[in-house]
Amino acid sequence: MMQNVVNSIPTPNFEYALLSPILIMFFAACAGVLIEAFLPNEKRRLTHLLVIFTSLLLAFFAVILQSGPNGRALVASGTVALDGPGWILQGTILLIAAMSALLFAESKVDPLGDAFAARASTLPGGEEEKTVTKLGWAQTEVWPLLSFSVTGMLLFVTANDLLVMFVALEVMSLPLYLLAGLARRRRLLSQEAALKYFILGALASAILLFGSALTYAYTGSLEFGQISNGISSANNSPGLLTAAIALVAVGMLFKIGAVPFHQWVPDVYTGAPTPVTSFMAGAVKVAAFGGLLRIFYVAFGSLVWDWRPLIWVVAGLTMVVGSVIALSQSDFKRMLAYSSISNGGFILVGFSGTNRAAIAAVLIYLITYAFATVGAFALITLIREQAGESATLIRWKGLGKKSPLAAGLMSLFMLSFAGVPLTSGFTAKFGVFTAAIAGGATPLVLIGVLASVIAAVFYIRVIILMFFSDPIPEGPFVVVPSVFTTIAISASTVVTIILGLFPQIVIDLVSSASVFLR
Amino acid sequence: MIAAIIALPALSAAILLSLGNRTNKFGPWLAIGASTGSFLIGFWQFLQMLSRPEEERAVVTTVYEWLAVPAAGFKVNFALQLDQLSISFVLLITFVGTLIHIYSLGYMSHDENPRRFFAYLNLFVAAMLLLVLADNYLLLYVGWEGVGLASYLLIGFWQHKPSAAVAAKKAFVANRVGDFGLSLAIMTMFIVLGSVSFSDVNEGIKGAPAWVSLTLGLLLLLAACGKSAQFPLQSWLLDAMEGPTPVSALIHAATMVTAGVYLIVRSASIFNASEIAQTAVVVVGTISLLMGAVIAAAKDDIKKSLAGSTMSQIGYMILAAGLGPIGYVFAILHLITHGFFKAVMFLGAGSVMHATNDNVDMRRYGGLPKVMIFTTITFFIGYLAIIGIPPFAGFYSKDHIIEAALSHSWWAGAAVLFGAGLTAFYMTRIVVMTFVSKPRWEDDVHPHESPLSMTLPMIVLAIGATSIGIILTQNHIFEHWLEPVTGFVEPEPPFSIQTITIITLSVVAIGVLAAIWQYRKVAKVAPKNVSFVVTAARKDLYGDVMNEALLMRPGQATTKFLNIFDKSVVDGFVNGLGALTTGISARLRRSETGYVRSYAMSIVVGTAILVIALLIVRL
Repeated sequence: MMQNVVNSIPTPNFEYALLSPILIMFFAACAGVLIEAFLPNEKRRLTHLLVIFTSLLLAFFAVILQSGPNGRALVASGTVALDGPGWILQGTILLIAAMSALLFAESKVDPLGDAFAARASTLPGGEEEKTVTKLGWAQTEVWPLLSFSVTGMLLFVTANDLLVMFVALEVMSLPLYLLAGLARRRRLLSQEAALKYFILGALASAILLFGSALTYAYTGSLEFGQISNGISSANNSPGLLTAAIALVAVGMLFKIGAVPFHQWVPDVYTGAPTPVTSFMAGAVKVAAFGGLLRIFYVAFGSLVWDWRPLIWVVAGLTMVVGSVIALSQSDFKRMLAYSSISNGGFILVGFSGTNRAAIAAVLIYLITYAFATVGAFALITLIREQAGESATLIRWKGLGKKSPLAAGLMSLFMLSFAGVPLTSGFTAKFGVFTAAIAGGATPLVLIGVLASVIAAVFYIRVIILMFFSDPIPEGPFVVVPSVFTTIAISASTVVTIILGLFPQIVIDLVSSASVFLR
Repeated sequence: MIAAIIALPALSAAILLSLGNRTNKFGPWLAIGASTGSFLIGFWQFLQMLSRPEEERAVVTTVYEWLAVPAAGFKVNFALQLDQLSISFVLLITFVGTLIHIYSLGYMSHDENPRRFFAYLNLFVAAMLLLVLADNYLLLYVGWEGVGLASYLLIGFWQHKPSAAVAAKKAFVANRVGDFGLSLAIMTMFIVLGSVSFSDVNEGIKGAPAWVSLTLGLLLLLAACGKSAQFPLQSWLLDAMEGPTPVSALIHAATMVTAGVYLIVRSASIFNASEIAQTAVVVVGTISLLMGAVIAAAKDDIKKSLAGSTMSQIGYMILAAGLGPIGYVFAILHLITHGFFKAVMFLGAGSVMHATNDNVDMRRYGGLPKVMIFTTITFFIGYLAIIGIPPFAGFYSKDHIIEAALSHSWWAGAAVLFGAGLTAFYMTRIVVMTFVSKPRWEDDVHPHESPLSMTLPMIVLAIGATSIGIILTQNHIFEHWLEPVTGFVEPEPPFSIQTITIITLSVVAIGVLAAIWQYRKVAKVAPKNVSFVVTAARKDLYGDVMNEALLMRPGQATTKFLNIFDKSVVDGFVNGLGALTTGISARLRRSETGYVRSYAMSIVVGTAILVIALLIVRL
């Protein structure tokens, strides 16, 4: 009898080679923990840097090597789908993570050290904090946390099973909650942000899990392909399925920061250390949209007409509310947070397109937006005052006269966010709008165009402020970063320009790989 | 490889402009190197083209797919077309361009920032090469705007002088009017013919209704008028002489201003299809060639007089281009010979100015042969070439244009003949006032010959101005060379060719003698009591007045009206909307309370609404 039960559980079959990007990042994270445990304090930073960049590089090469036609398969007993979009998302996440990691590693711009608190456990503003800061301690746990989060993302965008997806979501999110609370400056704000993020994230996870349970109740399966089959064959109450879709969607839309589940975004983006914010705005956004694409187009693909009205409403609300509130922001980081929300809305517009075109358009938007946003946040870390980063917009007056290069690059990213032609942002917006029109969502596109007009106001206001006002006395100064930040900013600049001038490169790449496996 | 012809100067300009003062030392040499490299590659391509049989000479290279909007069926490649016509331009631009680069080395040696000057020159060469090498109208437009920009930057190079800054702006604005025509033409092509590439347009125009070729022809003519300073958009060219003289030689005489001629010849199939458009071209050419000559005969500023002459000579080319297949080849031939002889005269003028403390007033020159012999001789060769004395270059090209014009109509023939006489008059006037007459120098002027870097290019160009005409017309080489691109029909003038040559030379002789008689004594100050013709010509034949009446005043009136409309109606609407949006924004912002409980509430309520809404829709 006992023997029987054991036999009835199938032995999971792992295709280690195909799963290697995920595994590499997982081992890197474990190695990070061991380094924390066994290496002396002064050797940790360098070792961590070696481990993280080597593993990110290796994982990226693993993605490139395996993403060919032979690398498209359902693996790990059908719980992980390695398909075109999956590989592209994994590759993008690894690149964005590498750029964020470069920002994590920067320790030149702040005279006190890197962007993280010397000891997270010390009381903000207390004596102990001053002592450890003076001693030059560093909270090197950020590195394994980052690796764990990347591991979770890589799994999340390829998960083909609601339960695996949920686990991946938690592996990706839990380190983020911690990272958000580790800022060196304005620590109370940072800790408050972390706690908010955690509580609301837990709430959203619970909703997602509830939705997954309802899905299982209706279809009898957690695997996307079988959910899709189950929907057409099962004859349970349709209300059950509708609620399931809505709840799963909410769980995802929370991570994306779609209205009305967006309110954590400004607080968390502002409070978190800027390198972490760049990671959240870049990589997390890519991962969350990747997951949403897969759920909606694979698991619920046959119910397009049920979930599309939902996406329409949420997309319209997100674009308009995000852009409108951004108008009255006085803090640059907060403005970018709202910009991130409204961009999420634009990406959702792509979901109203037909299958293949929509997937390609969304992927292109994700790639271009992620690179530009990391660049913008990287620039924030350089514009400083005595007390840390200077994010109060009004104080940026005349920055273009003091540092034309920094202000010029910032303007480039602003123009890209605004979707001005010849920047990557135009390529992206053009793509989702075209896809949506082809999918019959012209009214939504009209709302989108109006929202971009509103959004252009606050992006261009930054440029006007920097270039067409006189500098204020004792205003912020621009520091010269070390090679880490320089690489990150250069990379995002190059990508933003190249994808604006030669969009065909990414369009070809993505269009050839925009079919999900099921 | 063809792309390298453009890439070299473009790259050099990019380096010089982006690295700034760090490149001051080697900047001019890099620029000269880039231009020379371009010429060598171009020459090599030319040799290769010669080695191919006639029907394989034209090649198109696609560098990359430039723009594509599949939904609208719109696709433009960054593609370069190297055929007999474009290689002729490539050689002219890079050869004369390189010589003028070298000349600038001496001419700009006293300037504060020669590096920036050379960067702009390179930028110009790159843009001009793109203009003539593009295989479609849109890419041509990029080069077209590029040369406009370079011209603007170079006219205003001495921007500390208000007159230079104003002249640059005027050139830019006047060119915008023409550019507007070109952009409209391109849009019309795309809408009606579905493509903007030369080959597609040439094919498409055959089956198109007559109004298409007429519209396109007139729009392209407008573009050509702007860029080539033809009536009625001519007024900017005289002011453009505020730029450094090498610029006037290269851009405002030899190359850029001839872009309009190139455009018309390149669009031969459009003009061939519309007789009205062709006639319009001939009329514009005729008016411009006479106007330019009259202005040139009245100006005391040597550069402005030469500028009037440029306008007049381009009028010849435009007129020839308007004659159709009998004229295209000769338009380009005259363009090339003009490139040589006008460049050498401008460089000579620059050399004279260099020697007389940058004085441009011909009434204060005179007696120069003794002190600057190279300048005098080379200028004199240019003079013989432009008035059309055999065997100098201008004789061959102008004679052919006169033949072609005579076989077109009596009035065009009469105009070009009269123009030839005027040319002889004003050119003799320049030579007499500048060189031959007695010295009338300012007190502190001590003329001296220019350095070798300046005289050498002049000598080379003078050799060209002497020989290029006879070389290119031997056994009809040039006609056969261009025929595959532009087509060619032998002109059939009403008189024999010998008769025409004799008539022309007599008219020229009358002009020369009249000028010598008139300027046997030159006053230091321009006489006041002159005929109304001279008064009008001194004021550029009221070109500015006409601009103001035709373009500026109506433009200003429209602007005024639109401004009122904008302030009351549009702004009222937009500002109201803006205020509304900002108000909403401030209110919505309050939803951001900072309390995690209210955020959670919003999530839960949002979820509930979504679920209920979906259920209602579904059930």
